[in-house]
Amino acid sequence: MTESIPKKLIELKDLQLYFNQGKANEVRAIDHVSFDIYEGEIFGLVGESGSGKTTIGRSILKLYEPTAGDILFEGKDISYLKGKQLSDFRKKAQMIFQDPQASLNGRMKVRDIIAEGIDVNKLATSKSDRDQKVQKLLDLVGLNKDHATRYPHEFSGGQRQRIGIARALAVDPKFIIADEPISALDVSIQAQVVNLMKELQKRHSLTYLFIAHDLSMVKYISDRIGVMHWGKLLEIGSADAVYNHPLHPYTKSLLSAIPVPDPEVEKARQHIDYDTHIETDGKERTMIEVNEGHFVLATAEEAAEYKAQQI
Amino acid sequence: MMSNPILKVENLHVNFNTYAGTVQAIRDVSFDLNKGETLAIVGESGSGKSVTTKTLMGLNAKNAVIPENSRLIFKDRNLLDLKEEEWQSVRGNEIAMIFQDPMTSLDPTMKIGMQIAEPLIKHRHIKKEAALTRALELMKGVGIPNAEEHINDYPHQWSGGMRQRAVVAIALAADPEILIADEPTTALDVTIQAQILTLMKKLQQETESSIIFITHDLGVVAGMADRVAVMYAGKIVEYGTVDEIFFNPQHPYTWGLLNSMPTTDTQVGTLEAIPGTPPDLLEPPKGDAFAARNVYALGIDSKQEPPFFKVSETHFAATWLLDERAPKVIPPVQIQKRWAHWLEMQGQEAY
Repeated sequence: MTESIPKKLIELKDLQLYFNQGKANEVRAIDHVSFDIYEGEIFGLVGESGSGKTTIGRSILKLYEPTAGDILFEGKDISYLKGKQLSDFRKKAQMIFQDPQASLNGRMKVRDIIAEGIDVNKLATSKSDRDQKVQKLLDLVGLNKDHATRYPHEFSGGQRQRIGIARALAVDPKFIIADEPISALDVSIQAQVVNLMKELQKRHSLTYLFIAHDLSMVKYISDRIGVMHWGKLLEIGSADAVYNHPLHPYTKSLLSAIPVPDPEVEKARQHIDYDTHIETDGKERTMIEVNEGHFVLATAEEAAEYKAQQI
Repeated sequence: MMSNPILKVENLHVNFNTYAGTVQAIRDVSFDLNKGETLAIVGESGSGKSVTTKTLMGLNAKNAVIPENSRLIFKDRNLLDLKEEEWQSVRGNEIAMIFQDPMTSLDPTMKIGMQIAEPLIKHRHIKKEAALTRALELMKGVGIPNAEEHINDYPHQWSGGMRQRAVVAIALAADPEILIADEPTTALDVTIQAQILTLMKKLQQETESSIIFITHDLGVVAGMADRVAVMYAGKIVEYGTVDEIFFNPQHPYTWGLLNSMPTTDTQVGTLEAIPGTPPDLLEPPKGDAFAARNVYALGIDSKQEPPFFKVSETHFAATWLLDERAPKVIPPVQIQKRWAHWLEMQGQEAY
């Protein structure tokens, strides 16, 4: 980020989302989380199942109502959006889902799946304009024009994910949330989809929130990474800082568990166990900037300790 | 490596008759499994790795056709000749399996302790009380905390990682000679995956069982396997020791697989995908099935199937690139790095 001051596209301010609030089975899915996503960047959000990463993505798209806190899109609080502003927002923010099988309607032709957003937002002037737009989108994601008249089941997993990407791009969005977009795909196909997403991001100056549990892929694609656990954001920083110079014990543990395709590295692997005690002892912790742009959730003493231990 | 095969798979073919025609899922697969080793079978969906293991468990669908000359030799008998009653004494007893999804492979209506004791009662004819005592030991063995309190729990009360531990305990209950693990950790978080893999390694050392490990995750393979077989379109295309496959790979498909995973030093923009998709096994292509996706394909690849070329006593690859008449090709940068490391390793050993 060497250019002038980067513009904030998304701002999360002390976001909280509790399910079953006030009841015995209350779940704090998002627990006081704040971070920004800058325009044109790929922000990677990692964490294990139940960490709240998907809930954050869905809250940004207004699929959940936060318990407290604000979500700002282009400086505007999304919870107050109505009418034209709301439909504009829905156009600008799109989503790519994990399971391309489940997220495509099996009874619709690929052309109609991709054009659904175009139809809803009345972006096509005529039928031929609509067909042309679909054609262009298919081209963009590496499918060909005779694919338009087929049904989702006729495609492989990787191709289906391309259809999902084309659908998201149909309304010319600014911001895309990709929730585990590659974890249902084969290794050889994962790289195809990730490369496609990267290329599209550059060409259309898109901003991504890339949600995944596979830290090695997240590190590869992201500019910045946030690490979540039990509804809290524990660490945030540049991809290089979080991956190569982690601060929080949880991040270290997570990194030590990633299998690497190298037998020598694997033989030498030392798995670091994570002591959850530091999340449950009830002490007051805040996001502390340890190095420039690299924050960790800690007490002042812990932050000093993490910094001293940093590799 | 001393070769002491406990299982020999010879010329295995598996076809499925479907309404659309015959799917040739396994097209001539042969391999040995040695005592106490972990053999990883790697490949993408549709490569035939899961069909291979289902065949080893006698669990193929009814429309599967296995030709006469296919042989699975285990303890001096051909498993393919077994009747269903005979299979039942092998399955879960001498050969056990760990499935991918711990939710669907456990019985939701049966207490976990009983599910672990079941193979002992069935195969070892141990009384229920004694079997449950053994089940408790197994639960402790796979690291379930406060096992006594949880022996009467149902699967839905447990987390995914704990459930997969229960699945491991069931598979180990009858002390099998061969353990087949089909993507045992794919559904789990990385931290839980690391725990289960460590557990499997530890238990293998204690019981000296052989493991066939099916996965598409090369990172997991690097940590678990002694030997690796790479499958593509129903065939093994390369096999060797884990070091040979990771540091001296010869088949362009193996290169592609290794290349499409980011390593710690992968720089932005260097992740190379394998273009295209796997072939349709209703009509397998003539010649080398990988040719259509292979940037290193030679003219002969579309005409004639490559035989296995010997790289070392333990390492074979089916690619025409190893024929002495083939032109020398320069593999991708990441593979060149791996090769350079291999030469270093060889140098150290010679020294």
